[in-house]
Amino acid sequence: MTSYLPILVFTLVAVLFLTAALLAARLLRHAGSASMNLEPYECGNEALTFAHDHRFSIRYYLIAVLFVIFDVETVFLFPWAVLFDQLALFGFIEMMVFLAILVVGYVYIWNRGALRWV
Amino acid sequence: MTSLIESVRTTVGDTLFYGAVSPLVKILVLLFLMILPLIAYLTLAERRILGFMQARLGPNRVGPWGLLQPIADVAKLLVKGDSIPLRAVKWAFVLAPCLVVGPAILVFAVIPLGPRAEAGGLSWFVTDINTGLLFVVATASIGVYGLILGGWSSNNKFSLMGGLRSAAQMISYEVPQGLALVGPVLLAGTLSMVGIVEAQKADRFWYVFPQIVGFFLYLVAGVAETNRNPFDLPEAESELVAGFHTEYSGMRFALFFLGEYANMIVISAVATTLFLGGWLRPFPNVEALAFLDPVPGVIWFALKVFVFLFLYIWFRGTFPRYRFDQLMDLGWKWMIPVALGNLALTALVKLLVA
Repeated sequence: MTSYLPILVFTLVAVLFLTAALLAARLLRHAGSASMNLEPYECGNEALTFAHDHRFSIRYYLIAVLFVIFDVETVFLFPWAVLFDQLALFGFIEMMVFLAILVVGYVYIWNRGALRWV
Repeated sequence: MTSLIESVRTTVGDTLFYGAVSPLVKILVLLFLMILPLIAYLTLAERRILGFMQARLGPNRVGPWGLLQPIADVAKLLVKGDSIPLRAVKWAFVLAPCLVVGPAILVFAVIPLGPRAEAGGLSWFVTDINTGLLFVVATASIGVYGLILGGWSSNNKFSLMGGLRSAAQMISYEVPQGLALVGPVLLAGTLSMVGIVEAQKADRFWYVFPQIVGFFLYLVAGVAETNRNPFDLPEAESELVAGFHTEYSGMRFALFFLGEYANMIVISAVATTLFLGGWLRPFPNVEALAFLDPVPGVIWFALKVFVFLFLYIWFRGTFPRYRFDQLMDLGWKWMIPVALGNLALTALVKLLVA
């Protein structure tokens, strides 16, 4: 576990660095100007509605869900790859079965049009 | 140098020395003398090289060849007013740039710039953990929170679109990226970054040769992960103004900028370690090139990283931007099947050879 200790030290250094950078900017920067500057940018027009009033495309949720499925699969692949020599043929067949099940799902979502953006 | 290290080690004792003092010194040197100057001069190099590619000069007024330009840029960004928009979600707006930069520089904790310590010396990496590659993947993916939080918290329509696009793009390309990284792990049989380079030394070839498909997948996914051309849709100037950082200015904008370049260096360093043999010299199996051995490993490492960084800039000078549906098609319909096929083939070949 001691090999993880430097990562903790690095995290602290990173946090200190970011705090110092933001503090330095706070001390050195210009004071805020006219209040119109603080309205959201709308190409120079006055905004009638704001971003948080609107909804966005459902496809972004779909991509997120699909990502979780495939990412969990990748997480399973890493330990399998490390131990591949010990698992040998058994491990190979087992992982191919696992991937085959995943590919069935992949073909299904492709056919249902979940990957079609327009 | 060696005697200095030795005297410090005897003064503070072994446990304290290897546990805290030597990592802290290495971290400070790495961060303030290597990564930050490299980022600063990478921005200058990018502008100069792009300038020459487009038959113009690029910045050449501040100092000789514009060498002081990055310092002027930092000074400008420090004293610029950085406003928080009235309708923004304040805590998220301030936190977002930190979430991009922090993880990007944290990854360097496990990246080996050179070999293990020889007697009386120090190793060329901060730490070597047995889950190194997993740590890299996990830490690097925190950055996506920074982009989507920055885009959402600004309460600006352009920012929201840019944030959503970048999140969708980054998570889409994280899948083929992860799958491409399994190839070298299969060949090396370890997740330790130092271990993977040592395995390439033992195998006597760089993993780019057996894993050429995985290498290109990783390269493309890496460019997409860093939101660089030709995958720079999140910031597409002509349609989204500047994407997720439309409302950012001053130091907070500088942090986003820093994060993007730090991520480029991370991708280059990981690709170098996994596919191009890290600190090993070219063709470690050819005896005729043995005269290259006296060159320190860190020089080879730096050269390989610079090649990737040049490639990034070259891409920017060459390729037009993708359309969003083309981007999604490339990630989900091309790269994932190819990555899975490459993985199955690698495993099969390894099984037959063993």
